[in-house]
Amino acid sequence: MNQFKNFTKGFIKENPILVLVLGTCPTLATTSSSLNGMGMGIATTFVLIGSNVVISMLSNVIPDKVRIPAFVVIIASFVTVVDLLMQAYVPELYETLGIFIPLIVVNCIVLGRAEAYASKNGVWSSFIDGCGMGLGFTVALGILGAFREIAGSGSIFGYKFIPGDGILVFILAPGAFIALGYLIALVNKIKKP
Amino acid sequence: MEYILIIISAVFINNVVLAQFLGICPFLGVSNKVGTAMGMAGAVTFVIVLATIATYIIQIYVLNPLGIGFMQTITFILVIAALVQMVEIILRKVSQGLYQALGIFLPLITTNCAVLGVAILVIKKEYNLLEGVVFGASTAIGFGLALVILAGIREQLELADIPKGMKGVPISLVIAGILALAFMGFTGIVK
Repeated sequence: MNQFKNFTKGFIKENPILVLVLGTCPTLATTSSSLNGMGMGIATTFVLIGSNVVISMLSNVIPDKVRIPAFVVIIASFVTVVDLLMQAYVPELYETLGIFIPLIVVNCIVLGRAEAYASKNGVWSSFIDGCGMGLGFTVALGILGAFREIAGSGSIFGYKFIPGDGILVFILAPGAFIALGYLIALVNKIKKP
Repeated sequence: MEYILIIISAVFINNVVLAQFLGICPFLGVSNKVGTAMGMAGAVTFVIVLATIATYIIQIYVLNPLGIGFMQTITFILVIAALVQMVEIILRKVSQGLYQALGIFLPLITTNCAVLGVAILVIKKEYNLLEGVVFGASTAIGFGLALVILAGIREQLELADIPKGMKGVPISLVIAGILALAFMGFTGIVK
């Protein structure tokens, strides 16, 4: 597979949220606005790229039996780095995302890519795979966040363009489930009509 | 009284799945049959209570005195992974049927964010050990409740005529949304 295809597969064909349905917890919890969603996406992308690169480098050294705990430790280290960086440079976003930053560690996408891709492929392809998957995740979070923000408060990226209150339920928990459900259904419809 | 408030709040008002979005993967994954859902709920309850106790003790007696609070994420996930492994071994010995029913999802409890989430929340909310255990157990009960309700609805849905694109995950998410709407009715019971 050439590297371009490797990069773009995360967007459409194997989009982690919309097609593989992995990592749904942060998806639902952090997409109350498009900015929050994309912030979460970028944080996850960083962890994904870092862990993919390190794991692909170490995959020959790590014994097969203890590979899952080893992967988890590597991922947790990167999550700690992101946690401290965000606390220092974007404290507001850090407050909003709250508990979901440390929870990147249990995001199925990160461990899933480590196990399914990075442990079997070279450093460079793993890096590209991490970028593609991470950006696919970020884009999906951005779309869902934008939809919920437009429907729920009539604004996008914080700029209000529809006067009035909007449909409040889309900002709250039920709206997250329903919006994601219909988004996945839409993707299913487009993929296999 | 305080404990009753914690229980009601964790089971109904701030339901772990429907209001806090923790543990969605198993919520969607093992909600096909009521029996399997109950097994999963039991295993999660067991792991959450044990993990809460273990991580609380480590936080108070190891991480805090040494001033290495930033190691929280790494330590907690390792403790949880070890615990899950233990539960798996015990289940295989004690109940072969349950072990086979849960199959792949037992190792996945490690990556169930509800377990790590509760461990971190207990530290964040500055509960004492007993409050933490009550909070953990009632969160797990809330998880089980949501899981069993969804499984019950999905069993009925197998006979329904669902549009092709909506089958599987999308319809489950929409049902979960409506359930979350219903659970919002509990808001305001506890001030």
